[in-house]
Amino acid sequence: MSNFDKIKSITIKQPLKLDCGKEISNFPLAYETYGNLNEKKDNAILIFHALTGDQFASGVNPVTNKEGWWNYAVGPGKAFDTEKFFVICANVIGGCMGSYGPGTVDPKTNKPIGTNFPVITINDMVNAQYNLLDHFKIEKLFAVAGGSMGGMQVLQFVSNFPNKAKVALPIACTASHSAQNIAFNELGRQAIMSDINWKDGLYDGETSNPDKGLAVARMAAHITYLSKKGLQEKFGRNLQERSDLKFGFDADFQIESYLRYQGSVFVDRFDANSYLYITRAMDYFDLTKQYGGNLSKAFKESKTKFFIISFTSDWLYPTPENKDIVIALNAIGADVGFVEIKTDKGHDSFLLDVPDFLSTIKNYLSTTYLNVNERRI
Amino acid sequence: MKEEFKVISKLIDEKSRVLDVGCGDGILMEYLSKNKVVDVRGLEISKEKVKKCLSNGLAVVEGNAEYDLKQFPDLSFDYVILSQTLQAFMSPENVIKDLLRVGKKVIVTIPNFGHWKIRVDLLFKGEMPITKNLPYEWYNTPNLHMCTIQDFYNFCNNKGINIFKTISLNGQKTSKITPSNLKYKNLISELGIFLLEK
Repeated sequence: MSNFDKIKSITIKQPLKLDCGKEISNFPLAYETYGNLNEKKDNAILIFHALTGDQFASGVNPVTNKEGWWNYAVGPGKAFDTEKFFVICANVIGGCMGSYGPGTVDPKTNKPIGTNFPVITINDMVNAQYNLLDHFKIEKLFAVAGGSMGGMQVLQFVSNFPNKAKVALPIACTASHSAQNIAFNELGRQAIMSDINWKDGLYDGETSNPDKGLAVARMAAHITYLSKKGLQEKFGRNLQERSDLKFGFDADFQIESYLRYQGSVFVDRFDANSYLYITRAMDYFDLTKQYGGNLSKAFKESKTKFFIISFTSDWLYPTPENKDIVIALNAIGADVGFVEIKTDKGHDSFLLDVPDFLSTIKNYLSTTYLNVNERRI
Repeated sequence: MKEEFKVISKLIDEKSRVLDVGCGDGILMEYLSKNKVVDVRGLEISKEKVKKCLSNGLAVVEGNAEYDLKQFPDLSFDYVILSQTLQAFMSPENVIKDLLRVGKKVIVTIPNFGHWKIRVDLLFKGEMPITKNLPYEWYNTPNLHMCTIQDFYNFCNNKGINIFKTISLNGQKTSKITPSNLKYKNLISELGIFLLEK
């Protein structure tokens, strides 16, 4: 874990009042940047990560030595072109890649905070990350962007700070977490909390971890990120390194082996308590309710240009939920673009090499950057 | 058809909010943005075309006008444009109703099925006409509800829709259509451009 030393972070000194009522201060927020901030400081893009992401959107994550989670989209010449834009990405509070979270060691006890960590919300995450603008002395971001939970943060950011981003790209997300999504998250949490090693969240993180529970949570969630067609085409009923069924409970099918593998590699890089806290934050997200049942009011003060994207095979954050955001924006005459990208890759499409999706973002950003900065508007 | 866009552009006041329904590749939207100070939005059904528009930075929403106009509040645009698309809807009548609800003024252009070449084709060949503006065969045409300038004129009168201006377009030539020259213009116009209000 010495690679954690390579993580950049700011310490947020002033108190942050959380939605749960508690207050936190002097806490770390880990971040990474890509590209260069120009002299006018008008080319910054703040990217928000999804449930299991972190600040390492591109390049190689120095802690896991794996590729950044949005490597297809962020980098030189890519959709978020780091030759043009200065990309900032922070680890959300509650996360486990250097930001203040349940895995942070409490200096008083020398143990992880665990479930003594306060329950946080998407609103809290966004308010913490807002401090990055001060840190980089950026008056106004060119764009805020993110998929899934990252998209929820985009929506919350624009509603909290109406004139701090010229462009907003919420991708494959929702303004109000659905019952189905709460149900899937609860399934994952129950898997973790049923693991004997969870110990009411007070595992020490070194000798014992609720790895089995966390792996099952990841396996279940992973299914929801893919489409039925995608799974069928990739795995079908193919058998795993065997020519016949073995009449047992070993992984006979490739899909079983694949899910087991996904679960096992996930526990190496993710903290079970973080999984509980972040899924809870997603479940609590209801921007419509925050504005008295009228989502339009969340964006009433904003002049931000919105570009909303959904995917045909995403059944976790399906098109109608994304379209509700479009409808709310149109109701107040906001500047909004929307397209549903055709793909079989399910909710995960936003993380994958989907050329239509990536090229549309790339072109939209470069044209819009010229429009808003060099021409009038 | 650049000439049509010029005529439409002239009908639109500066500093107005415009919605282009069935905006296609966004050529008209770009033309308006370049030539006028307007805030222009688009609605388009084809994913490919929407992606093209967004790539050019245009505020276009993917959607079907027959269902998705509902999301726009009453009188939320100064002008709503429907360029050569009316004939492709399942229910043109309902679409026009919605356009008049959303826009303070509505600009509708229709390929004129009453043009003499079309009439001659049908009269002498006895086949469904195929022209520059209507290039499809009867079995693959997206145009479900073809009409003539006269038909649309009658429709507006019957429905109590105010026609402010009607313009005929024939090749590069534009001219005014009035009640007295309507029969003649219906014979020689390739395109009819209507400025309407509820």
